Amino acid sequence: MIPADLRLRLLAAVLLVLAASQLAHLGPALAALALALILALAARPDRALWRRLRHVEGFVALLLLTLPFAVPGAPLLTLGPLSASLEGLARAALLAAKVTTAALVLLALLGTVEPIRLGAALHALRLPEPLVRLFVLTLRYLGLIGDEARRLREAMRARAFRARTDRHTWRSFGNLIGMLLVRALDRARRVEEAMRLRGFSGRFPHAALAAPTARDWTGFALLTGLAAAALLLDRL
Amino acid sequence: MIPLLSLSDVRVCRGESPVLDAVSLTLRSRDRLAIVGPNGAGKTTLLRTLVGLERPASGRVRLFGQDCTTEAEFRAARPRIGFLFQDSDDQLFCPTVLEDVAFGPLNTGCTLPEAEARGRETLAALGIAHLAERVTHRLSGGEKRLVCLAGLLAMRPEVLLLDEPTNGVDAANGARLRAALAGFDGAMILVSHDEGFVSELATRALLIAGGRLTEAEIHTHPHLHAHPHLHPHP
Repeated sequence: MIPADLRLRLLAAVLLVLAASQLAHLGPALAALALALILALAARPDRALWRRLRHVEGFVALLLLTLPFAVPGAPLLTLGPLSASLEGLARAALLAAKVTTAALVLLALLGTVEPIRLGAALHALRLPEPLVRLFVLTLRYLGLIGDEARRLREAMRARAFRARTDRHTWRSFGNLIGMLLVRALDRARRVEEAMRLRGFSGRFPHAALAAPTARDWTGFALLTGLAAAALLLDRL
Repeated sequence: MIPLLSLSDVRVCRGESPVLDAVSLTLRSRDRLAIVGPNGAGKTTLLRTLVGLERPASGRVRLFGQDCTTEAEFRAARPRIGFLFQDSDDQLFCPTVLEDVAFGPLNTGCTLPEAEARGRETLAALGIAHLAERVTHRLSGGEKRLVCLAGLLAMRPEVLLLDEPTNGVDAANGARLRAALAGFDGAMILVSHDEGFVSELATRALLIAGGRLTEAEIHTHPHLHAHPHLHPHP
Protein backbone atom coordinates (compact mmCIF):
# COMPACT_ATOMS: atom_id res chain seq x y z
CA MET A 1 0.00 0.00 0.00
CA ILE A 2 2.91 2.36 0.72
CA PRO A 3 4.31 3.76 -2.55
CA ALA A 4 7.97 2.97 -3.18
CA ASP A 5 8.45 6.29 -4.94
CA LEU A 6 9.83 8.83 -2.47
CA ARG A 7 8.10 11.87 -4.00
CA LEU A 8 4.71 10.24 -3.58
CA ARG A 9 5.64 9.09 -0.11
CA LEU A 10 6.56 12.61 0.94
CA LEU A 11 3.40 14.06 -0.59
CA ALA A 12 1.24 11.38 1.00
CA ALA A 13 2.87 11.98 4.39
CA VAL A 14 2.20 15.73 4.20
CA LEU A 15 -1.42 15.23 3.08
CA LEU A 16 -2.13 12.58 5.70
CA VAL A 17 -0.68 14.64 8.54
CA LEU A 18 -2.63 17.69 7.36
CA ALA A 19 -5.83 15.64 7.21
CA ALA A 20 -5.24 14.23 10.69
CA SER A 21 -4.75 17.75 12.03
CA GLN A 22 -8.21 18.76 10.76
CA LEU A 23 -10.18 16.00 12.54
CA ALA A 24 -12.63 17.42 15.12
CA HIS A 25 -14.43 14.35 16.49
CA LEU A 26 -13.16 11.48 18.56
CA GLY A 27 -14.77 8.69 16.49
CA PRO A 28 -13.09 9.52 13.15
CA ALA A 29 -9.85 10.31 14.99
CA LEU A 30 -9.82 6.85 16.57
CA ALA A 31 -10.59 5.27 13.18
CA ALA A 32 -7.67 7.21 11.68
CA LEU A 33 -5.46 6.05 14.56
CA ALA A 34 -6.39 2.41 13.90
CA LEU A 35 -5.60 2.81 10.18
CA ALA A 36 -2.29 4.50 10.96
CA LEU A 37 -1.37 1.69 13.31
CA ILE A 38 -2.10 -0.93 10.62
CA LEU A 39 -0.03 1.10 8.16
CA ALA A 40 2.89 1.33 10.62
CA LEU A 41 2.75 -2.39 11.35
CA ALA A 42 2.70 -3.16 7.62
CA ALA A 43 5.80 -1.01 7.04
CA ARG A 44 7.79 -3.14 9.53
CA PRO A 45 10.07 -0.42 10.80
CA ASP A 46 13.11 -1.04 12.97
CA ARG A 47 12.65 -1.59 16.68
CA ALA A 48 14.66 1.60 17.27
CA LEU A 49 12.04 3.58 15.36
CA TRP A 50 9.25 2.36 17.63
CA ARG A 51 11.32 3.61 20.52
CA ARG A 52 11.31 7.08 19.00
CA LEU A 53 7.54 7.15 19.48
CA ARG A 54 8.15 7.40 23.21
CA HIS A 55 9.10 11.07 22.84
CA VAL A 56 5.74 11.80 21.24
CA GLU A 57 3.83 9.69 23.74
CA GLY A 58 5.49 11.51 26.62
CA PHE A 59 4.04 14.74 25.29
CA VAL A 60 0.65 13.04 24.85
CA ALA A 61 0.70 11.78 28.45
CA LEU A 62 1.38 15.32 29.63
CA LEU A 63 -1.68 16.50 27.66
CA LEU A 64 -3.88 13.79 29.14
CA LEU A 65 -2.80 14.80 32.63
CA THR A 66 -3.17 18.56 32.32
CA LEU A 67 -5.86 19.30 29.74
CA PRO A 68 -8.85 17.90 31.72
CA PHE A 69 -8.05 20.39 34.49
CA ALA A 70 -7.67 23.31 32.11
CA VAL A 71 -10.97 23.01 30.18
CA PRO A 72 -14.19 24.08 31.96
CA GLY A 73 -17.21 21.72 31.90
CA ALA A 74 -19.02 18.97 33.77
CA PRO A 75 -16.81 17.90 36.68
CA LEU A 76 -15.51 14.34 36.53
CA LEU A 77 -13.09 14.27 39.40
CA THR A 78 -12.14 16.89 42.00
CA LEU A 79 -8.80 17.11 43.73
CA GLY A 80 -9.07 19.87 46.34
CA PRO A 81 -9.45 23.14 44.45
CA LEU A 82 -8.83 21.45 41.05
CA SER A 83 -11.51 19.71 39.04
CA ALA A 84 -11.13 17.66 35.87
CA SER A 85 -13.87 18.04 33.28
CA LEU A 86 -15.38 15.48 30.93
CA GLU A 87 -15.02 17.93 28.05
CA GLY A 88 -11.36 18.36 28.88
CA LEU A 89 -10.80 14.63 28.87
CA ALA A 90 -12.52 14.31 25.50
CA ARG A 91 -10.41 17.14 24.09
CA ALA A 92 -7.24 15.49 25.40
CA ALA A 93 -8.21 12.11 23.96
CA LEU A 94 -8.92 13.69 20.56
CA LEU A 95 -5.57 15.47 20.56
CA ALA A 96 -3.78 12.31 21.69
CA ALA A 97 -5.37 10.31 18.85
CA LYS A 98 -4.47 12.96 16.28
CA VAL A 99 -0.88 13.43 17.43
CA THR A 100 -0.28 9.67 17.58
CA THR A 101 -1.83 9.22 14.13
CA ALA A 102 0.51 11.83 12.66
CA ALA A 103 3.53 10.24 14.34
CA LEU A 104 2.58 6.77 13.12
CA VAL A 105 2.03 8.04 9.57
CA LEU A 106 5.49 9.58 9.54
CA LEU A 107 6.98 6.44 11.03
CA ALA A 108 5.31 4.25 8.40
CA LEU A 109 6.00 6.43 5.37
CA LEU A 110 9.38 7.98 6.13
CA GLY A 111 10.84 6.03 9.05
CA THR A 112 12.28 3.30 6.85
CA VAL A 113 13.91 5.67 4.34
CA GLU A 114 17.57 6.62 4.56
CA PRO A 115 17.05 10.35 5.29
CA ILE A 116 19.70 11.58 2.86
CA ARG A 117 17.85 9.91 -0.05
CA LEU A 118 15.00 12.34 0.51
CA GLY A 119 17.18 15.09 -0.99
CA ALA A 120 16.60 13.95 -4.56
CA ALA A 121 12.85 13.61 -3.90
CA LEU A 122 12.60 17.09 -2.34
CA HIS A 123 14.44 18.50 -5.33
CA ALA A 124 12.11 16.68 -7.73
CA LEU A 125 9.16 18.22 -5.85
CA ARG A 126 10.59 21.65 -6.77
CA LEU A 127 11.64 22.74 -3.31
CA PRO A 128 14.13 25.64 -3.49
CA GLU A 129 17.50 24.17 -4.42
CA PRO A 130 19.55 25.97 -1.70
CA LEU A 131 17.25 24.53 0.96
CA VAL A 132 17.64 21.02 -0.43
CA ARG A 133 21.42 21.44 -0.62
CA LEU A 134 21.49 22.64 2.99
CA PHE A 135 19.40 19.65 4.06
CA VAL A 136 21.59 17.14 2.23
CA LEU A 137 24.92 18.60 3.36
CA THR A 138 23.74 18.89 6.97
CA LEU A 139 22.70 15.25 7.02
CA ARG A 140 25.92 14.19 5.33
CA TYR A 141 28.19 15.86 7.87
CA LEU A 142 26.08 15.59 11.03
CA GLY A 143 27.09 11.96 11.37
CA LEU A 144 30.78 12.78 11.03
CA ILE A 145 30.60 15.57 13.60
CA GLY A 146 28.69 13.23 15.91
CA ASP A 147 31.46 10.63 15.52
CA GLU A 148 34.07 13.26 16.31
CA ALA A 149 32.17 14.28 19.45
CA ARG A 150 31.96 10.64 20.54
CA ARG A 151 35.68 10.05 19.98
CA LEU A 152 36.58 13.19 21.93
CA ARG A 153 34.34 12.13 24.82
CA GLU A 154 35.88 8.67 24.80
CA ALA A 155 39.35 10.19 24.86
CA MET A 156 38.30 12.31 27.84
CA ARG A 157 36.91 9.30 29.65
CA ALA A 158 40.04 7.30 28.84
CA ARG A 159 41.94 9.95 30.79
CA ALA A 160 39.67 9.47 33.79
CA PHE A 161 37.36 12.41 33.16
CA ARG A 162 34.03 12.29 34.98
CA ALA A 163 31.39 14.95 34.61
CA ARG A 164 30.81 16.72 37.94
CA THR A 165 29.43 20.09 38.86
CA ASP A 166 32.66 22.01 39.11
CA ARG A 167 34.74 24.47 37.22
CA HIS A 168 36.99 21.78 35.73
CA THR A 169 33.99 19.99 34.17
CA TRP A 170 32.54 23.16 32.68
CA ARG A 171 35.89 24.16 31.25
CA SER A 172 36.42 20.68 29.77
CA PHE A 173 32.99 20.69 28.12
CA GLY A 174 33.72 24.18 26.84
CA ASN A 175 36.92 22.87 25.27
CA LEU A 176 35.05 19.93 23.79
CA ILE A 177 32.44 22.15 22.17
CA GLY A 178 35.07 24.62 20.99
CA MET A 179 37.11 21.80 19.46
CA LEU A 180 34.04 20.45 17.67
CA LEU A 181 33.23 23.87 16.24
CA VAL A 182 36.79 24.40 15.05
CA ARG A 183 36.91 20.98 13.41
CA ALA A 184 33.51 21.44 11.81
CA LEU A 185 34.64 24.78 10.41
CA ASP A 186 37.86 23.24 9.06
CA ARG A 187 35.84 20.42 7.53
CA ALA A 188 33.43 22.89 5.93
CA ARG A 189 36.38 24.75 4.43
CA ARG A 190 37.88 21.55 2.99
CA VAL A 191 34.56 20.44 1.55
CA GLU A 192 34.12 23.82 -0.08
CA GLU A 193 37.63 23.54 -1.57
CA ALA A 194 36.90 20.07 -2.89
CA MET A 195 33.76 21.41 -4.55
CA ARG A 196 35.64 24.34 -6.07
CA LEU A 197 38.36 22.02 -7.43
CA ARG A 198 35.74 20.04 -9.27
CA GLY A 199 34.42 23.20 -10.85
CA PHE A 200 31.41 23.89 -8.60
CA SER A 201 29.49 26.88 -9.86
CA GLY A 202 26.10 26.53 -8.22
CA ARG A 203 24.81 23.35 -9.82
CA PHE A 204 24.44 20.58 -7.30
CA PRO A 205 23.61 17.17 -8.73
CA HIS A 206 20.43 15.48 -7.63
CA ALA A 207 19.81 12.07 -9.11
CA ALA A 208 17.01 11.96 -11.63
CA LEU A 209 14.18 9.80 -10.31
CA ALA A 210 12.32 7.30 -12.45
CA ALA A 211 8.64 8.10 -13.00
CA PRO A 212 6.36 6.56 -10.34
CA THR A 213 4.88 3.21 -11.35
CA ALA A 214 1.16 2.42 -11.53
CA ARG A 215 1.60 0.56 -8.25
CA ASP A 216 2.99 3.71 -6.60
CA TRP A 217 0.07 5.79 -7.86
CA THR A 218 -2.43 3.17 -6.62
CA GLY A 219 -0.86 3.22 -3.16
CA PHE A 220 -0.85 7.01 -3.14
CA ALA A 221 -4.50 7.16 -4.25
CA LEU A 222 -5.48 4.61 -1.61
CA LEU A 223 -3.73 6.51 1.21
CA THR A 224 -5.07 9.93 0.26
CA GLY A 225 -8.50 8.36 -0.35
CA LEU A 226 -8.53 6.98 3.18
CA ALA A 227 -7.52 10.38 4.53
CA ALA A 228 -10.31 12.04 2.55
CA ALA A 229 -12.81 9.45 3.83
CA ALA A 230 -11.78 10.11 7.44
CA LEU A 231 -12.23 13.87 6.88
CA LEU A 232 -15.64 13.32 5.27
CA LEU A 233 -16.77 11.08 8.13
CA ASP A 234 -15.63 13.76 10.54
CA ARG A 235 -17.62 16.53 8.84
CA LEU A 236 -20.89 14.60 8.43
CA MET B 1 57.13 20.67 -25.20
CA ILE B 2 55.29 22.89 -22.74
CA PRO B 3 55.31 21.49 -19.22
CA LEU B 4 51.87 20.71 -17.83
CA LEU B 5 52.50 22.31 -14.45
CA SER B 6 55.40 24.33 -13.19
CA LEU B 7 56.40 26.26 -10.12
CA SER B 8 59.33 28.64 -10.19
CA ASP B 9 60.88 30.08 -7.03
CA VAL B 10 57.61 29.80 -5.18
CA ARG B 11 57.44 30.95 -1.59
CA VAL B 12 54.33 30.30 0.49
CA CYS B 13 54.06 31.74 3.98
CA ARG B 14 51.82 30.98 6.88
CA GLY B 15 52.06 34.01 9.12
CA GLU B 16 55.71 35.05 9.11
CA SER B 17 57.40 31.70 8.53
CA PRO B 18 57.67 30.18 5.05
CA VAL B 19 56.04 26.76 4.49
CA LEU B 20 57.55 26.51 1.02
CA ASP B 21 60.77 28.32 0.25
CA ALA B 22 62.14 28.91 -3.26
CA VAL B 23 60.44 25.80 -4.62
CA SER B 24 60.67 25.01 -8.32
CA LEU B 25 59.35 22.01 -10.15
CA THR B 26 58.08 21.04 -13.56
CA LEU B 27 55.74 18.26 -14.49
CA ARG B 28 55.69 17.04 -18.07
CA SER B 29 53.21 14.69 -19.69
CA ARG B 30 53.49 11.09 -18.48
CA ASP B 31 55.70 12.15 -15.56
CA ARG B 32 54.91 10.31 -12.36
CA LEU B 33 56.55 12.40 -9.73
CA ALA B 34 56.74 11.27 -6.12
CA ILE B 35 57.25 13.80 -3.36
CA VAL B 36 58.68 12.28 -0.22
CA GLY B 37 59.32 13.92 3.11
CA PRO B 38 58.48 13.98 6.80
CA ASN B 39 55.19 15.22 8.23
CA GLY B 40 54.82 18.98 8.16
CA ALA B 41 57.48 19.39 5.45
CA GLY B 42 55.02 21.16 3.14
CA LYS B 43 53.89 18.33 0.86
CA THR B 44 50.19 19.09 1.06
CA THR B 45 50.86 22.84 0.79
CA LEU B 46 52.80 22.18 -2.40
CA LEU B 47 49.83 20.38 -3.96
CA ARG B 48 47.42 23.07 -2.75
CA THR B 49 49.62 25.78 -4.29
CA LEU B 50 49.48 24.02 -7.66
CA VAL B 51 45.68 24.29 -7.80
CA GLY B 52 45.46 27.78 -6.33
CA LEU B 53 44.12 26.92 -2.88
CA GLU B 54 47.24 28.60 -1.49
CA ARG B 55 48.59 31.72 -3.13
CA PRO B 56 52.37 32.23 -3.18
CA ALA B 57 53.90 35.32 -1.61
CA SER B 58 56.35 35.33 -4.48
CA GLY B 59 57.23 33.18 -7.47
CA ARG B 60 55.21 31.90 -10.44
CA VAL B 61 52.66 29.16 -10.90
CA ARG B 62 52.15 28.10 -14.53
CA LEU B 63 49.39 25.64 -15.42
CA PHE B 64 49.23 24.28 -18.98
CA GLY B 65 51.45 27.08 -20.26
CA GLN B 66 49.39 29.82 -18.61
CA ASP B 67 50.55 32.01 -15.73
CA CYS B 68 48.01 31.77 -12.94
CA THR B 69 47.56 34.37 -10.23
CA THR B 70 43.84 35.07 -9.98
CA GLU B 71 40.98 32.77 -8.99
CA ALA B 72 39.55 33.02 -12.51
CA GLU B 73 42.81 31.80 -14.07
CA PHE B 74 43.03 28.87 -11.66
CA ARG B 75 39.35 28.05 -12.16
CA ALA B 76 39.91 27.62 -15.88
CA ALA B 77 42.71 25.10 -15.29
CA ARG B 78 41.14 23.10 -12.45
CA PRO B 79 38.94 20.73 -14.47
CA ARG B 80 42.15 19.41 -16.07
CA ILE B 81 43.67 18.59 -12.66
CA GLY B 82 42.26 15.97 -10.32
CA PHE B 83 43.19 16.46 -6.67
CA LEU B 84 42.67 13.49 -4.35
CA PHE B 85 42.33 14.75 -0.76
CA GLN B 86 43.76 13.01 2.30
CA ASP B 87 40.35 12.62 3.94
CA SER B 88 37.82 11.03 1.59
CA ASP B 89 34.90 12.41 3.61
CA ASP B 90 35.89 15.92 2.59
CA GLN B 91 35.44 15.00 -1.03
CA LEU B 92 32.30 12.88 -0.93
CA PHE B 93 29.52 15.32 -0.15
CA CYS B 94 26.72 13.97 -2.34
CA PRO B 95 24.15 11.52 -0.94
CA THR B 96 24.83 8.66 -3.32
CA VAL B 97 27.94 7.43 -5.14
CA LEU B 98 26.56 8.07 -8.62
CA GLU B 99 25.54 11.65 -7.78
CA ASP B 100 29.01 12.33 -6.43
CA VAL B 101 30.79 10.94 -9.48
CA ALA B 102 28.45 12.92 -11.74
CA PHE B 103 29.17 16.17 -9.87
CA GLY B 104 32.32 17.12 -11.82
CA PRO B 105 30.99 16.39 -15.32
CA LEU B 106 27.82 18.38 -14.47
CA ASN B 107 29.98 21.35 -13.56
CA THR B 108 31.87 21.19 -16.83
CA GLY B 109 28.70 21.41 -18.88
CA CYS B 110 27.41 17.86 -19.28
CA THR B 111 23.66 17.30 -19.07
CA LEU B 112 22.44 15.11 -16.23
CA PRO B 113 22.03 11.93 -18.36
CA GLU B 114 25.49 12.46 -19.91
CA ALA B 115 27.04 13.04 -16.51
CA GLU B 116 25.41 9.93 -15.05
CA ALA B 117 26.45 7.83 -18.03
CA ARG B 118 30.01 9.04 -17.66
CA GLY B 119 29.84 8.32 -13.93
CA ARG B 120 28.69 4.74 -14.47
CA GLU B 121 31.38 4.23 -17.09
CA THR B 122 34.08 5.48 -14.71
CA LEU B 123 32.81 3.33 -11.84
CA ALA B 124 32.81 0.29 -14.11
CA ALA B 125 36.37 1.00 -15.25
CA LEU B 126 37.46 1.01 -11.61
CA GLY B 127 35.60 -2.23 -10.92
CA ILE B 128 33.13 -0.65 -8.50
CA ALA B 129 30.00 -0.39 -10.64
CA HIS B 130 28.10 -2.21 -7.90
CA LEU B 131 28.50 0.79 -5.56
CA ALA B 132 26.62 3.25 -7.81
CA GLU B 133 23.40 3.45 -5.80
CA ARG B 134 25.01 3.21 -2.36
CA VAL B 135 24.92 6.05 0.16
CA THR B 136 28.42 7.57 0.36
CA HIS B 137 28.80 7.77 4.13
CA ARG B 138 28.07 4.06 4.53
CA LEU B 139 31.06 2.97 2.42
CA SER B 140 34.27 1.48 3.84
CA GLY B 141 37.47 3.54 3.82
CA GLY B 142 38.83 1.79 0.74
CA GLU B 143 35.55 2.11 -1.14
CA LYS B 144 35.36 5.81 -0.30
CA ARG B 145 38.86 6.35 -1.67
CA LEU B 146 38.01 4.60 -4.95
CA VAL B 147 34.79 6.59 -5.31
CA CYS B 148 36.75 9.83 -4.77
CA LEU B 149 39.14 8.77 -7.51
CA ALA B 150 36.19 7.93 -9.76
CA GLY B 151 34.84 11.44 -9.15
CA LEU B 152 38.14 12.88 -10.40
CA LEU B 153 38.57 10.50 -13.34
CA ALA B 154 35.04 11.24 -14.53
CA MET B 155 36.27 14.75 -15.34
CA ARG B 156 38.95 13.20 -17.62
CA PRO B 157 41.85 15.13 -16.05
CA GLU B 158 45.31 15.36 -17.59
CA VAL B 159 47.05 15.49 -14.23
CA LEU B 160 46.34 13.76 -10.92
CA LEU B 161 47.55 15.14 -7.61
CA LEU B 162 47.37 12.40 -4.99
CA ASP B 163 47.72 13.20 -1.30
CA GLU B 164 48.42 9.98 0.63
CA PRO B 165 46.22 7.88 -1.66
CA THR B 166 46.77 4.56 0.12
CA ASN B 167 45.97 5.77 3.65
CA GLY B 168 43.23 3.71 5.27
CA VAL B 169 42.69 1.51 2.21
CA ASP B 170 42.31 -2.25 2.61
CA ALA B 171 44.23 -4.78 0.49
CA ALA B 172 41.51 -5.60 -2.08
CA ASN B 173 40.59 -1.97 -2.78
CA GLY B 174 44.28 -1.02 -2.62
CA ALA B 175 44.93 -3.40 -5.51
CA ARG B 176 42.12 -1.75 -7.51
CA LEU B 177 43.58 1.67 -6.70
CA ARG B 178 47.08 0.65 -7.84
CA ALA B 179 45.73 -0.86 -11.04
CA ALA B 180 43.71 2.26 -11.82
CA LEU B 181 46.65 4.59 -11.20
CA ALA B 182 49.07 2.39 -13.14
CA GLY B 183 46.64 2.49 -16.08
CA PHE B 184 46.17 6.28 -15.95
CA ASP B 185 47.89 7.74 -18.99
CA GLY B 186 48.27 11.32 -17.82
CA ALA B 187 50.85 12.79 -15.48
CA MET B 188 50.69 12.61 -11.71
CA ILE B 189 52.25 13.90 -8.54
CA LEU B 190 51.97 11.63 -5.58
CA VAL B 191 52.65 12.33 -1.97
CA SER B 192 52.85 9.17 0.10
CA HIS B 193 54.51 7.47 3.01
CA ASP B 194 53.93 4.09 1.39
CA GLU B 195 57.39 3.45 -0.07
CA GLY B 196 56.40 0.27 -1.87
CA PHE B 197 53.59 2.13 -3.57
CA VAL B 198 55.84 5.05 -4.52
CA SER B 199 58.63 2.93 -6.00
CA GLU B 200 56.13 0.82 -7.92
CA LEU B 201 54.40 3.79 -9.52
CA ALA B 202 56.75 6.79 -9.68
CA THR B 203 59.25 7.53 -12.43
CA ARG B 204 60.90 10.44 -10.62
CA ALA B 205 61.15 11.58 -7.03
CA LEU B 206 61.81 14.78 -5.10
CA LEU B 207 62.63 15.06 -1.43
CA ILE B 208 61.05 17.81 0.58
CA ALA B 209 62.35 19.00 3.92
CA GLY B 210 61.80 22.28 5.70
CA GLY B 211 59.92 23.67 2.70
CA ARG B 212 62.73 23.00 0.23
CA LEU B 213 62.82 20.50 -2.62
CA THR B 214 65.78 18.39 -3.71
CA GLU B 215 66.10 15.77 -6.45
CA ALA B 216 66.08 12.17 -5.31
CA GLU B 217 66.63 8.86 -6.96
CA ILE B 218 64.39 5.85 -6.95
CA HIS B 219 66.12 2.53 -7.01
CA THR B 220 65.37 -0.95 -5.94
CA HIS B 221 67.85 -3.28 -4.36
CA PRO B 222 67.42 -6.84 -3.29
CA HIS B 223 66.96 -7.53 0.38
CA LEU B 224 67.24 -10.76 2.20
CA HIS B 225 63.90 -10.46 3.79
CA ALA B 226 61.92 -12.12 6.50
CA HIS B 227 58.75 -11.05 8.18
CA PRO B 228 56.20 -12.67 10.47
CA HIS B 229 52.93 -13.93 9.06
CA LEU B 230 49.68 -14.70 10.72
CA HIS B 231 47.57 -17.58 9.46
CA PRO B 232 44.53 -19.24 10.95
CA HIS B 233 44.96 -22.88 11.88
CA PRO B 234 43.04 -25.19 9.56
